[in-house]
Amino acid sequence: MELLLVILIGVLYATGIFMLLRRSMVKLLIGLILLGNGANLLIFLLGRITKGAPPVIDSAAKFFTDVYADPIPQALILTAIVISFGLQAFAIVLLKRVYVLINSDDLDDLNTPEEEDI
Amino acid sequence: MLIAVLAGLFVSVLLIPLGRLFKGRLAVLISLLPTSLFAYFASFIPTIANGEAISFHYPWVPSLGVDFHFRLDGLSLLFSLLITGIGSLVFLYASSYLKGHRYLDRFYAYLSLFMASMLGLVLADNVLLLFIFWELTSISSFFLIGFNNEDANSRKSSLTALAVTGGGGFLLMAGLILMGHLSGTYAIQEMLNASSFLKAHPWYPAILALIFAGAFTKSAQFPFHFWLPGAMKAPTPISAYLHSATMVKAGVYLLARLYPILGGTEYWTYPLIVVGGITMFYGAFHSIFRTDLKSILAYSTISALGILVFLIGIGTEQALLAAAVFILVHALYKASLFLTTGVLDHETGTREITQLGGLRKVLLPLAIAGLLAALSSAGLPFTFGFIGKDQIYEATLHTEGIMPIVLTSLAVITNILLLYAGLLVGLKPFAGKLPERYQAVHLPHWLMWTPPLLLALMGIAFGAFPALIDASLLNPAATAMINETFDSPLKLWHGFNLVLLLSGITLALGALLYLMRKPSSKSMASIERFNYLAPQYIFGKLARAVRRFAARYTRTLHNGFLRVYLFRIIMFAVLLLGFRLFTGGPIQWIPAHLSPISVYEVAVLGILIAAIFLTVNTSSRLTAVVATSVIGYCICLLFVFYSAPDLAMTQFTIDTLTVVLFVLVLFRLPPFLNLANRRDRIRDWLLASSFGAIIALITIQAMNQPFDDAVSKFYGENAYVLAKGKNVVNVILVDFRGIDTMFEVVVLSIAAIGVVSLLKLKLKASEKE
Amino acid sequence: MKSTILKTASIYLLPILLLFSIFILLRGHYFPGGGFVGGLIAAIAFVLHSFTHGTEATLKLLRIHPSALIPVGLALAAISMFAPMLNGQPVMTGLWFDQPVPVIGLIGSALFFDIGVYVVVIGVVLTILFTIAQYSG
Repeated sequence: MELLLVILIGVLYATGIFMLLRRSMVKLLIGLILLGNGANLLIFLLGRITKGAPPVIDSAAKFFTDVYADPIPQALILTAIVISFGLQAFAIVLLKRVYVLINSDDLDDLNTPEEEDI
Repeated sequence: MLIAVLAGLFVSVLLIPLGRLFKGRLAVLISLLPTSLFAYFASFIPTIANGEAISFHYPWVPSLGVDFHFRLDGLSLLFSLLITGIGSLVFLYASSYLKGHRYLDRFYAYLSLFMASMLGLVLADNVLLLFIFWELTSISSFFLIGFNNEDANSRKSSLTALAVTGGGGFLLMAGLILMGHLSGTYAIQEMLNASSFLKAHPWYPAILALIFAGAFTKSAQFPFHFWLPGAMKAPTPISAYLHSATMVKAGVYLLARLYPILGGTEYWTYPLIVVGGITMFYGAFHSIFRTDLKSILAYSTISALGILVFLIGIGTEQALLAAAVFILVHALYKASLFLTTGVLDHETGTREITQLGGLRKVLLPLAIAGLLAALSSAGLPFTFGFIGKDQIYEATLHTEGIMPIVLTSLAVITNILLLYAGLLVGLKPFAGKLPERYQAVHLPHWLMWTPPLLLALMGIAFGAFPALIDASLLNPAATAMINETFDSPLKLWHGFNLVLLLSGITLALGALLYLMRKPSSKSMASIERFNYLAPQYIFGKLARAVRRFAARYTRTLHNGFLRVYLFRIIMFAVLLLGFRLFTGGPIQWIPAHLSPISVYEVAVLGILIAAIFLTVNTSSRLTAVVATSVIGYCICLLFVFYSAPDLAMTQFTIDTLTVVLFVLVLFRLPPFLNLANRRDRIRDWLLASSFGAIIALITIQAMNQPFDDAVSKFYGENAYVLAKGKNVVNVILVDFRGIDTMFEVVVLSIAAIGVVSLLKLKLKASEKE
Repeated sequence: MKSTILKTASIYLLPILLLFSIFILLRGHYFPGGGFVGGLIAAIAFVLHSFTHGTEATLKLLRIHPSALIPVGLALAAISMFAPMLNGQPVMTGLWFDQPVPVIGLIGSALFFDIGVYVVVIGVVLTILFTIAQYSG
């Protein structure tokens, strides 16, 4: 199963990067989401995956007595998921605002380098 | 002590909000800062004169060996008193000189900052700390030199000064770190023990070269001297402060401070004698061709700095004592001359020596100050300058071999020229007939003429009664340089010997030169013909070339297309990581622990992959949004399978909210554009897939490493025992790593504020239209 | 989205979802759940209501603007973070009452911290979504 997840991560990264390289702003945003999902899964997988043993201590015990899933990547990913919502919201509003200003979804319309700045 | 050093920083920070209060009459009050510091340091004179040194130690970054480690010995005390003493006078002077200036508060903030950095520099007993203050002086002097920031020349000069001193500082840092690394300590006092080890080390010449580079750029030694005349664009009080007692003396201080550790070898002596010798002659020679008062002073300052470096290079007892004496002599008369020039400029509106004359009739106290300072710089008997000159000749005469003749004649010629320059500034404007246009000139506020007069009088007083400062100040300073006690009282009268004869010759020839030669703009033109050979032209060319290169580089690499940047970054990452993987040996899959594959997992994965490709390839936004959310929900299922209920819940809710977000915004955006042509798409696919493949391979490599679960074990064992919680993920979030979570919610809040402000901003912009 | 069924359902769903979100929040220290998830669920409850009744109606129902929740939550979390300092203990030390409370278990500073997170998350999500809904029209 791990091998399949590795392939999935590779696919998420590849498609995420591909979308980032598009000129359309919306595609850029979707690429960001895909890349974020890939990174979350990567962290999750590197913490080793375990079935049917959530990191919750048994109600009778004081600490783990059996095999359990690693809580650290889970805590990391949980914050990452929530933060990514903030990021997406900000990015989407930013794109929206840019769209209103330049009336185009094409990133190339956004910035042609201004000669006088150089 | 820490407070004394940092007081200037506090004041400069306080002046940001409170500056308005001090713009008017209250500006004088800021002078209490340097004055009280002067009193504080002066209270140490008896202790230091007894040959003691006082250390102050405050830990700062002990793990890096950087501590607030200050040490007050004779050399530091001499410099501290100069910095705060002349500082007090400059602060007072400026309150009148820049009266009503728009940015007077800013001026004092920069000046306080500069003074604090300078104090830290001379008191630091840790080379890293010293370096930090060294850089602070560069930065604060940048602000001071460019104080008239509306003037393009002024900005250019301050940039040049920063570039030269900053570049030297960079090399100095390398030298100091090398030194600290080899000797195993960054404390200057402890480095003394490593002195012989350092001198024998094969890297000793390299260390010296780096440190010399720092000192030479700071102290304006040839060929790095050119920033100093440019720095004259600053208001005169600043020039007086920077070029008499502080900024440019920092390099000299550094050499003096490091002399006991690194000095005394051939590698030390010859470069310093040669560079110092060239500089002192070059500066003195140039000064006599100038007609602008401040230019003359600038070049004579360069020459004086050359003399100091030269003396430290010679390194005999007499030479070092001469250096200590000359530091004080020069600071007194040069500050006095600068301040005098400032008044002339302020009252007559010109600094052209050819136009000024006869001003003694209207500015008598100032004329006295100028005359006394000029006499001191000329080294007339009964002035402090006389003793300084004496000491220099003593030092050059007592060198070995053929050196006495060469060095002494060089010193004599330099001194003749310097004497001429001093007379030109201190005497010429006041002598002769008063031109009619200056009849109405009147004496300025007393705060402007007393400081130069006071300094000049001190020069005379110390000269007539050297006992005032001999044992108390100068001997301890020289002792600190030699690192052994010695006692050589300054004498006014050595009897009829060679030194006196040389002094006489210097005086006579200098006076003769002054009487014979009339400064004119023609002489200025004659020297400008050789400008193309001057270092600052080469430097200027170099700077322009760098700027052209930067512009070209920017045009090609930073073309403003996001995807081009991304493409390059990712391509580079692929190449580097790919190379590493390729050379790292064969990639194998060592199945340490593999979970079995079940049907529903495969099904979820299949849906996931299908959704991903649908997202990428669809041209409908609705499909893309739906497919993206399917990806999210599938990942949520994966979390469920692999024992992460918290993650599953979070992913589920966030995914739902993301869909809402997209629905709210995305449908008001235009349909997907397919702007790239086929070739571009293939190229991007190639890059993206190779990046994905590399990530996958790296993941496999990482999975092969044995898993280190020490941290997770700790959390697992202590979650209930220490934090009384059983959901370990939640315990990590709210207890063990609670501060991280705190910052996370802060970041979220910032995102919300960002969204709100972006949207409201839009509303306003459209309102305007 | 103005279907009558959904409209009616959302009226009843709002309190149920809110109750559920508080349940998730409080059990977080012992079972899966916690401030983040709880806050998100509560936010979804309000978003659902706003979908069917319009943003203005939901804002009216809330009485205070959600952006006001952000500083409240931050303050709560910060207070529970720095409270141990009053006792002379380092920041973030857990403080606990001795007697356990039914359902929630022991009450301690970590719980208040989690409640702070809960409030901030609701505030942030609703502020973002409602502002977008209001201004991007």
